[in-house]
Amino acid sequence: MTAETSPLLRTVGIDGLLVSFGDRLDEAANRAALAFRAALEAEDWEGVTELSSSLVSTYLRFDPLALSHAELEARLRPLMASRDWREAPLPQGRRLHRIPTAYGGQLGPQLAEAAGLADMTEAQAVEALSSARVRVTALGFAPGQPYLGELPPVWNIPRQQALTPKVPKGALVLAIRQFVIFSVTAPTGWRHVGQTAAPLFRMGHARPFLLAPGDEVEFPALSEAEFDRLATDPDGGVTSEVLS
Amino acid sequence: MSGGLRVLSVGPAVTVQDGGRPGWIGQGLSRGGAMDRQALAEAAALLDQPQGAALEMAGAGGRFEALSDLRIALTGAPMRAQIDGQPVVWHAVHALPKGAVLDLGPVTAGVYGYLSLGGGFDLPMVLGAQSAHLTAGLGARLEPGEVLPAGTDRGGPTGRKLAVEDRFSGGLLRLVPSLQTGLFPEEQRDRLGRTRFVRDSRANRMGVKLVPEGEGFGVEGGLSVVSEVITPGDIQITGDGAPFVLMAECQTTGGYPRLGTVIPADLPRVAQAPAGADLRFRFVTLDEALAAEAAHRAQMAGLRGQVAPLIRHPSEVRDLLSLKLVSGFSNGEHHDH
Repeated sequence: MTAETSPLLRTVGIDGLLVSFGDRLDEAANRAALAFRAALEAEDWEGVTELSSSLVSTYLRFDPLALSHAELEARLRPLMASRDWREAPLPQGRRLHRIPTAYGGQLGPQLAEAAGLADMTEAQAVEALSSARVRVTALGFAPGQPYLGELPPVWNIPRQQALTPKVPKGALVLAIRQFVIFSVTAPTGWRHVGQTAAPLFRMGHARPFLLAPGDEVEFPALSEAEFDRLATDPDGGVTSEVLS
Repeated sequence: MSGGLRVLSVGPAVTVQDGGRPGWIGQGLSRGGAMDRQALAEAAALLDQPQGAALEMAGAGGRFEALSDLRIALTGAPMRAQIDGQPVVWHAVHALPKGAVLDLGPVTAGVYGYLSLGGGFDLPMVLGAQSAHLTAGLGARLEPGEVLPAGTDRGGPTGRKLAVEDRFSGGLLRLVPSLQTGLFPEEQRDRLGRTRFVRDSRANRMGVKLVPEGEGFGVEGGLSVVSEVITPGDIQITGDGAPFVLMAECQTTGGYPRLGTVIPADLPRVAQAPAGADLRFRFVTLDEALAAEAAHRAQMAGLRGQVAPLIRHPSEVRDLLSLKLVSGFSNGEHHDH
């Protein structure tokens, strides 16, 4: 599929349909997936039990014995064809989060390596990364864990060959023009450039997931000493506002 | 607290599981819930109550003391089971009076045994379910000394059983095509149906590894497909060519190519296949898969009608002389089992 052709409709198991707007991550495909999901939420079709968006696709889960594949497809096709979704604006109600981040040093041990791959000094890298604004393209892998993109092309650095056995919860890692913040301690092939205290998933909280697909995020820099003081802040220093 | 179960000792992988948490895929939280959903339906039929949570016991159970008069259902993989030292039948509902000790040993077939209570467990709902989801950091494995509070049992029969077909030793799994089935060469899709797979020892609530007899499976350049939604039953092919069937606690999205998707009706068979069991695959059409789903749901809905009294033949009763063969004289301190 190319960017110019219409979206692709495929089945997922026996109870899902997936509408895809690209076969690789790009800004327009992600925006289309977010916009199409928002359009489906507004439609609120009976029988559709779950909606989600991932990097380039919108997913619908439904009870196929209550709402047939044919009937759902007959509703979806006209909506898919109703506009060029890759030109659609981002949905309303998204939020902007500022997540304070300690870059480099022990809290971001691979900053120098990542900066080198981008032909920058560490100071330039911190300046660039802390002033970049990225979009939550998808949540996945672990609860509330965001994929964020896209960073400027200079950050198209590969995943490393060997896995880092363990990065801590809250680690900000980078590869292929994207950030991930780890919501659990995990191994990764992405480079660990900084540390956040963002509470990505809070069980029992009124808003258990800090981020939603489509939200925007900035990672302003703070010192290790300032970062240590965040340990007592349940919000991890994060501030959030609704984007208008 | 009205009562419940005290955990005296417990196997290494025992958690509370129910139907899981649908609706959070977009937030990165997979549905989770019981590996063998059918066992929950069987427990609900035996206890004559709505489907709810059970203790899911992988491989080994534990010893549990009743802190109040309870009804218990034993479903899923059969385990050696005793109440106060007397063997009791699996796939059945029993009385477990206050003070009695239930001893559940290793599985005798299959993988996951389930212990359910009349009235369920009085545990908090987190994001709409009681299930532990360990990979998401929700809930925990059971520990000795813990007390599981029982919900209010509106009462119902005990001493009843279900005849259950074998789903505890592998067998045939029906597949529908997945998002990436078309990426696999036709030769591989054909070979899939002719290949015998052995369930590997590597298996957990996230996925079950199968080792093919003969050549492996894979896609040229298949390690770089864009991450897409995962649904339980998806057969993911990793680097070594061996398939993983992704199960209840799988990730929500993944970038490995998937060869097909096992239909929901056959997932209990995957969950319950013990290490070394033979499994085979057969592609079916979506219409065939939907007919199988309808048949499976009808079968689950009909379970209540198949619950039958538990009749023991006198020759099987070792303690015949100790049984009260005439009722009506119990002071409530003693019980039949």
